[in-house]
Parts: sequence; structure tokens; C-alpha cells
Amino acid sequence: MSVPASAYLLLSAALFTLGTVGVLVRRTALILFMSIELMLNAVNLAFVTLARMHGNLDGQLAVFFVLVVAAVEVVVGLSILVHIFRSRDTVDVDEVDLLRG
Amino acid sequence: MEVLLFAVSAALSLAGGVGVVAARQPVHSALSLLLVLGSLAVLYLTLAAEFLAVLQVIVYAGAIVVLFLFVIMLLHARTPESRPSRVGGQWSLAVPLGLALWAGLSSAALQLPASARAVGPEFGSTEAVGRVLFREFLLPFEVASLLLVVGIVAAVVLASGPGTLPSAPPARGREEA
Amino acid sequence: MGAHAIPWIVALPLAGAVVNGLWGGRLGRRGVSRVACLSVLGAFVVSAAAARDLAGGRASAAVVHLFEWVAVADFRVSASLQWDPLSALLALLVTGVGFLIHVYSTGYMAGDPDYGRYFAVLNLFVASMLVLVLGANLLVLFVGWELVGLCSYLLIGFWFERPAAAAAGRKAFVVNRVGDAAFVLGILSTWALLGTLEFREIARLVGDGGGALRGHPALVAAALLLFAGAVGKSAQLPLYVWLPDAMEGPTPVSALIHAATMVTAGVFLVGRLWPLFEAASPVLGAVVAPVGAATALFAATVATVQYDMKRVLAYSTISQLGYMFLALGVGAGSAAFFHLTTHAFFKALLFLAAGSVMHALHGQIDLRHLGGLCRAMPVTFLAFAVGALSLAGLPPLSGFWSKEEILHAARLHAVGLWAVALVTSFVTAYYITRAAVLAFLGEPGSFHAHEAPPAMAWPTVALAVLAAFGGFLGAGWAAVPLVAFLQPVFGAHEKLAPPGAVDVGLAVGVAACGTLVGWWTHRGRREVRLGRLRDVLAAQWGLEALYDLAVVRPARALSGWLYHRVDSNVVDRAASAVAEAVVRASGTVRTWQTGNVRQYAAGVLAGAVVLFAYWVLR
Repeated sequence: MSVPASAYLLLSAALFTLGTVGVLVRRTALILFMSIELMLNAVNLAFVTLARMHGNLDGQLAVFFVLVVAAVEVVVGLSILVHIFRSRDTVDVDEVDLLRG
Repeated sequence: MEVLLFAVSAALSLAGGVGVVAARQPVHSALSLLLVLGSLAVLYLTLAAEFLAVLQVIVYAGAIVVLFLFVIMLLHARTPESRPSRVGGQWSLAVPLGLALWAGLSSAALQLPASARAVGPEFGSTEAVGRVLFREFLLPFEVASLLLVVGIVAAVVLASGPGTLPSAPPARGREEA
Repeated sequence: MGAHAIPWIVALPLAGAVVNGLWGGRLGRRGVSRVACLSVLGAFVVSAAAARDLAGGRASAAVVHLFEWVAVADFRVSASLQWDPLSALLALLVTGVGFLIHVYSTGYMAGDPDYGRYFAVLNLFVASMLVLVLGANLLVLFVGWELVGLCSYLLIGFWFERPAAAAAGRKAFVVNRVGDAAFVLGILSTWALLGTLEFREIARLVGDGGGALRGHPALVAAALLLFAGAVGKSAQLPLYVWLPDAMEGPTPVSALIHAATMVTAGVFLVGRLWPLFEAASPVLGAVVAPVGAATALFAATVATVQYDMKRVLAYSTISQLGYMFLALGVGAGSAAFFHLTTHAFFKALLFLAAGSVMHALHGQIDLRHLGGLCRAMPVTFLAFAVGALSLAGLPPLSGFWSKEEILHAARLHAVGLWAVALVTSFVTAYYITRAAVLAFLGEPGSFHAHEAPPAMAWPTVALAVLAAFGGFLGAGWAAVPLVAFLQPVFGAHEKLAPPGAVDVGLAVGVAACGTLVGWWTHRGRREVRLGRLRDVLAAQWGLEALYDLAVVRPARALSGWLYHRVDSNVVDRAASAVAEAVVRASGTVRTWQTGNVRQYAAGVLAGAVVLFAYWVLR
């Protein structure tokens, strides 16, 4: 492993931060979701890197389960999104704030 | 060779990440996401995670991104961000918080020792992952299958049911406490 | 029948209570009756078998450990049951008399809409009383003690839609709390002094007169506190006031709980802690015996002027319980329990007969409006007569034997108290004859009475047989060995010579005089003119008024003051202020809940960054 593990982790940190910023600044629900996927993938990268570092497969198994959860999350999230779009005719998350105090 | 591979993949994934966040059209975001996922799959290969690399391509790139594209197509989603937002100040929050987060994560990453344990060629193969999955992680695996069923049922119910979500309130004015 | 069967004695009635309580409505009346009666009968059969083994020497006294209940540091109490002659006797009484009264109740309550609830609580009472008498330590006994109090409350107030019944239930509960508070303190003192609550351990530590602890002030204090609990439960002076009011409950309840079993719990407690009371040297002679004698005389005198037949019997119960405490006080423990046994028979019998009268006359129980019932209700009359003469103490009925034992013991130990007991015996014979004459003899009143239905008649007859011949169970100088059976409990401390002919003659003579005077003065249903004395007696020597003045009115005044001043001005305002503050704060805080998911995400991120910063900079 000629590339140091910290390089992978730095990349993971950068991707995660990008995803976070995306969640904060974008209003299109679809892009919000994609930013979340980006964050999940950044974490996955960290998991795989650390699994490799420690020579232990548990990290890779964690990635496997993150994959499952992400798939379910996208399916349910997009269904809700479609639903909102049907009733509200918008995918702007700022327009969806009925649960305010 | 490996360094080159890493450098290219990292650069591509970063570019893709920026693309996801910055693209004006959702479809561009989705394609950028595809780029990220693909380059991450390459990185997984360099990290001796061949099974996950394959899974990444099949599940993420093959299924999830396609699902995104379908929904984009379905909604004819115009980007709403040409209109001014009702919630200001998100950028001014996002930049310092993001910088702080990035600085923190990076410093944590740099504190790690660079050395890695030597692993055999079997590490990360489908067989090795499968052995761990069905021995030590059997219960979580079964629970994950349950979760998938719940997700499918939820999707079916949400997609087929009538519009049960309340429509927008008529008056947009926010009452004051 | 080994010791393993003992838990069943409690479990069967408890199961009956659960079944009737949960599914009473669905079982129907027949089902409810069967469950209730058979569960108690089953408990009786188990008790009888186990008691036979105990009496025959085939089994020895045993403690059945059920489970570790409390274990805090060195405070360890187990839930365990004790099977020895004393608990065997009481278990037999509770289940035996309890079974007869259950059967009687199926007739008495036949028309009541709350049939299932009645039998559920009655079964629960039997189970609780069995916990009380079988408990192997003070804490288990206390659980039973409180449970029977609860059942008593529920059954006194069974017809809760009647204000008098609800009030009587409350009164019983509150007055018992006074005694129970002392009882709890007594338990704590016992623990502090002896470091155990197990009866066997207590007996071992203070047995044989107490040794070094004999007359120890702390021991005396513990005994006094425990006795105060007994006074509350057994309706002795000065805590007797709840029992007469308890007659608001259904009459079988009065028979079972407020005559035969629960009110004897105080006597049982003293008997159970006999070694402790003996070691707390002056308590028995100086407190228990005088309280018992005073209560016996006091309640008997009050009973002479009551017009409500059940109240006559209630005061009679108080008076007879006084006899039992007198017997305990003069050291005649087995005489006390002999009287407890015969009293359970004849007092339950009297109540059941009174209940039959009530049942026949639609609740009419006022002696001024009864009369001549012997023709319409011959069986009930005969049963009542047996009970009355037994209570009066005429031979050969059961009450004679046990009362004679007590009088004899009193004469040997305290002549003054013996005189009081003798006077009480006269008064007792007088008032019960008066009640019998006014109710059953003379010209019939203007009513149509009918004999009790079989479900009520048979238990009455069975109890009449027991009340008539129960005395042969155990006079100390008779062949049948109740005293010998109780020997392990009260030890060889009782060295009673058989009473002489003069003693017996005096006791019988006094009782016969009382009976004759009672009959003579009331023949033809006349009432004696007592003038001012009647008012004094009817006012319970002014005690009720004294309580009203000393306790009830100050408490009412204090509550009123607290309500008007403290509650409305301080408590309510404080509560409102808190509520208003919350409303105001919420008004501010709710604006943070913008409903915007991106702002929430920013909040999450900010929190994460702060945590991260703390973790890095720590």
C-alpha cells in the first residue's frame, strides 16, 4: 500500500464536507438526497480504508450494511418526494414546512 | 502506478462531488454522483475491497442513480433555485461550519499512523466477506432483509395511495406568537 | 400432606378472586358461586389435612420458603409461610367458617347486580387473611394485615352508592390507619432491636422470658406499638369506633370479617408474638389485660341500648374481643384462642341469623319494629337462640367453656379484672337476651316474614351445631386437646388448675341471672326505662362526641384553613405561575421550530462541530 491511509481519509473528509455543504445550501430535494448519498459514500470510503489498515473485514461489512440502508432510504425518500410533488407541485424543501412551531 | 491511480480517482471523485453540489440541473447532479461512485469503486479496488467495489457499481451506480434519474424524469423537475429563497443565510452558515468540519476531520485523519497491516490476497474477496457475513453478521443480515421489505412496502404504499399529504396552507403568512 | 401443600391454602382463594374478578361477569351467577365456594372449600380441605398431620404428630411445624423478597444490605426478608398449631387453627377457622359464609352469601346476595365483584373481594379477603395467619415474618403478616384492611374497606363500602356505607368504609380505613401506623413503627422497632422479623428468630431471641432483654425499654416500646396495631384491627378502646359503622356492609361480610376472622387479627398478632410480649414484661399485665377488660365492659354496656340488631352484635364483638385480650393479658394464651374459636362459631351464627331476618324483612333490622319472628322463622330463631345462649355463656354451649377458661385464668392472676369480666358476663347475657326477645318473641309486627332459603339455612344450621358443641374442642380440663395442640405456641407457662365448683357455679349463675333479667324485663317486647343512663350509653359514654370534638373538628378546621388560605393562595398560584412561565417560554422557543429541513441540518452540523471541537481541544 504505497499511498498512505491518511490520503484516503483526507479525500473522505473532503467528500463528506462537500456533501454537508450541499445539504445546507441546495433547495432542490433531489440534490439534497444526492448530497446525502455523497456523505454516505465518504463514510464508506473511510470504513474501507480503515478496514484495510487494520486488516479486519468488519469495516467492509459495515459498508455493506450502509449500502442496504442507503438503498432503502433512497427508495422511501424518493417515494415521499414524488408524493410531495404530486400534491404541492414543487421539489423545493423550503416550501415544505408545515411542521413549524 | 498505485499513486497515479489514487490521484486520478481522487481528483475525479472530488470533481464529481463539487458537481453534485454545484450543478444547476438535478440531472447533472446525478451524473456527477455517478462519477463519484465510479471513482470510489476504483479506490475500493486499491484498498483490497473487490467485493465492495463490484457491489458499489451494481447497487449504487446501477440501481440508486438510475432510480434518481427515473424520478428526475418523472417530475420534470425544474430547478426551483432561480426563485429567491425564503430562508436566507444558509450560505453564511454553511461556509464556516463546513470549513470547521473539514478542518476537524482532516486533522483527525492526519493523526492516524500511515502504516497498514499486510493482508493476504484473499482479503476483501467475495468468499472472505461472505464467510464473515454469514458467520458473525448473520443476525444483522437478516434484519437488513427485513428493512428492505419494509422499504419496499413503504414505497408501494406511498406510490399507489391517494394524495394523503395535506396541500399547502392557503395563506403563506406566518402568524406571530 | 407435607409442607409443600401449604402455599396452596393461599393460592386457591387467590385464584378464585382472580377468576371472579376478571371473568365474574362472563361466568354467570352459578359459575361465580362455584368458583368462590369451591376454592375456599379446597383451601379448607388442604388445611384440614395438614392440620391433622400436625396434630397427629406425623408432621412437624414448618416454614415454607417461597422466595427472597427484600434483600438490602443486611435487611433480608423472605416471603415465607409458617405452618404451626396457631396458624393451623386460624387457617381452619378462616377457611371453614369462610366456606359456610360463602355458601350463605350465594343465597343472601342472590339478587345483587354486583354478584361477581362481591365474591371476588370475599375470596380475596380469605386469601389475604390466610397470608396474615400463615406469614412467617412480620412483613408478610403486614402484607396480609393491610390486604384484609383493604378488603374490609371494599366490602363495608360494597353498596358504595349509599352515602352511609361509603362513609363507614372510609371511617374504618382511617381509624385502622392510626393503628397501622403504630404497627409499622412496631415492626421497625422490632427490627432495630432484634435484627430480624422472622417469628421463629424472634422467639429464639426473646424466648423463655427474654433473658437479658426482659423488660428492656426498647422491647416494651416495640410491644406497645405492635399492640396499638392490634387495638386498631381488633377494635379495642380507644380505636373501636369503626366497627359498629362497619355494619353498613352486607351481613355475611359482617359475619366473616367483622366478627369471625379479620377483627381477631389483633388477638392473633399478640399470640403470634407471644414470646416477645412475654419478654416485654409489664405490657401484658399492665396494658393488654386492662384494655381488654375495659373494652369488654364498655362495649357490653353500650350494646344494651342499641336498637339495630347488627349494632348489638357489633358491640358484642368488640366486647368479646376484649375478653380475648384480657385472656392474653393474664397469660392464658390458649384460652384466648379457644374463645376466638368458639366466638367465631357463635358470632358468625348470630350474624347469619340476623342476616336471615334482614333478608326476610327486606333490610328491616330495627329491634323496635321486629317481634314474634319465632313463628315465621323457626330455624332462624333456634339458630339465634343457640348463638345467644352460647354468647351468654350457658353450659353446655361452646361459649361457656371458653369464657369459663378466661374467667378462671383472670381470677388466678388479677382479681379486679376478674370482677370486671364477671360483670361483663352478666351484661352480655342481658343484652343478647334482650335482642333475642325483642326480635323473636312477643306479638308479630305488621310484616310478612318467610324462612331463609336453603342456601342460607344450611350454613346457619351447620354453624349452630358448631356453636353448640364446639366447646368440647378444647376446654383445658376436657379430654379434647385444643390446649395441647397449642402447647408449642404458648408453652408450658399456663399452669391452670381445673376450676373449682364455686368458680363454675358463679360464672354460670351470673350468666343465667343476666339471661333471666334480660328476658324478664323485656317480656312482651317491653323496653326498660333507663332515663339519662340510656342517653349516656347510646352516646357511647360520650366517646364519639369526644372524638368529634378532639379529632374530627380540629381536622376539619385545619383542612378548611389550609384549603382557603394555603391551597388557593399559595399552591394554586404557584402552579399557575409555573404554567404561565412555561407558556411564555414556549412562545419564544416555538419560533425555533421553523419547519425548514435545511435549518435543522445546519443545527445538527453545528452540534456535531461543537462536539468535535470539544473532543479535539479537550
